[in-house]
Amino acid sequence: MRVKVNPIECKAHGVCAELLPEWIELDEWGYPVIDGGELPRQLVAHAKRAAAACPTLALILAKD
Amino acid sequence: MSPAARSKPTARLLAGLLPDRALTWEEHLAAHGPLAQPGPGKHLVVEVERSGLLGRGGAGFPTGRKMRTVAAGARRTVVVANGAESEPASHKDHVLLSHEPHLVLDGMELAAGAIAADQGHLLVHRGSSALPALRVALAERARARVDRTPVTLHELPARYVASEESALVHFLNGGDAKPTYTPPRPFEQGVARRPTLVNNVETLAQVALIARHGSEWFRAVGDADEPGTLLVTVSGPGTVDKVVEVPTGTSLEQTTRVAGVDLGAASAVLVGGYFGTWVGIGQARALHLTQHALRAGGGALGAGVLLAVPHGVCGVTELARVARYLARESAGQCGPCLNGLPAIAAALEELAGGSWDPRRGAALDRWLSLMPGRGACRHPDGATRFVGTGLAAFAEDVERHQRGMICAPGARTGWLPVPATAEGVWR
Repeated sequence: MRVKVNPIECKAHGVCAELLPEWIELDEWGYPVIDGGELPRQLVAHAKRAAAACPTLALILAKD
Repeated sequence: MSPAARSKPTARLLAGLLPDRALTWEEHLAAHGPLAQPGPGKHLVVEVERSGLLGRGGAGFPTGRKMRTVAAGARRTVVVANGAESEPASHKDHVLLSHEPHLVLDGMELAAGAIAADQGHLLVHRGSSALPALRVALAERARARVDRTPVTLHELPARYVASEESALVHFLNGGDAKPTYTPPRPFEQGVARRPTLVNNVETLAQVALIARHGSEWFRAVGDADEPGTLLVTVSGPGTVDKVVEVPTGTSLEQTTRVAGVDLGAASAVLVGGYFGTWVGIGQARALHLTQHALRAGGGALGAGVLLAVPHGVCGVTELARVARYLARESAGQCGPCLNGLPAIAAALEELAGGSWDPRRGAALDRWLSLMPGRGACRHPDGATRFVGTGLAAFAEDVERHQRGMICAPGARTGWLPVPATAEGVWR
């Protein structure tokens, strides 16, 4: 599983970086910089929580 | 590949062109022969696959594979011809559309027949000077009852990102000509939610020639892995906006010489346009024009732009001007592009103006490395590649500016083309 963001929907609330700091940092304008690699299994539950908590539902968990 | 043996300019697309007007329907047929799908037992999609044709709009995707994917479903499909040449230094599509519009329209009709499309859309920039020739050509074809698939001509806002394929599709579906988040890609779900073949107009013109002459004919010139000919727009010392047709794999040196450029009077070459890569003059001479060769060196053929910058033009000032243009041309939809491109442009303007703060260097490096892959489209990727490779190619100018000495005495600026931005116009 990989974490992606729809950059058009993202409005830099920063919730994702708070809930998944191991995988997501924010740039100086508050937009996520996401590790593009395969998400470690132990982070999957955190990633799902982050995706559900995104105010614009911009965070995407992709199966590929 | 044997570049030496295959480096003659070869007129296929540009065969029989007149300098001052478009070929009429009859003149077009005299130059290229009748319009017909490939002969018995042959199918255009297979012929295009065998030809090895790669898309000529910038991405270089195999055209046959794209056609097969679009045609795979049971649904009626749509053909979109992209003639909205957004690269300010590219003029090849304009030359094709204004001098040989029937070859592009043939390609649309033939591709439509091969992939079960029932509508075609041809897009050019609003107010394009190719419009009169295209209207005449469409009227000629209507009179001669040439086409089974109706083609609609559209005027797209002249914005840099508007000709990205998802933006074209969004525009044709009634929205703004801004890129959309993908998937779905247009080949899955495009115009009217149907599978949509989006091709550059040169690509479709090549398809029209492959239908007439076959894949073996197509492969007889050019690079073995990426055969055929290529339209290239060349500017540099000695020439401006010259469009030439050369076999793929021709050296950059030979291509610019054919176009009348004196590379000895140039300091660096931009390959591929503002989406492309800068190379120093020494490295540029050794390049050959194929997607695979240029990619191996970290570059890209893009839309076939070669821009050789003369000695005495300040690289830093030119990079700053174009970076500001690319920042202005952002659709403003994605945070990284909306914030990052203006920040990069501002840093370059400080450098150009001699008010460089050395601490800016680290920030600029960070912005350049953090931007790629973070937009809905590839605009941030292209802009950062342009700036990053430009800073390396113009290292002497950069160092001079960092020391506060700004441009060399007598340096020229305003050399790279920077169009005015149609602010706020997306429909």
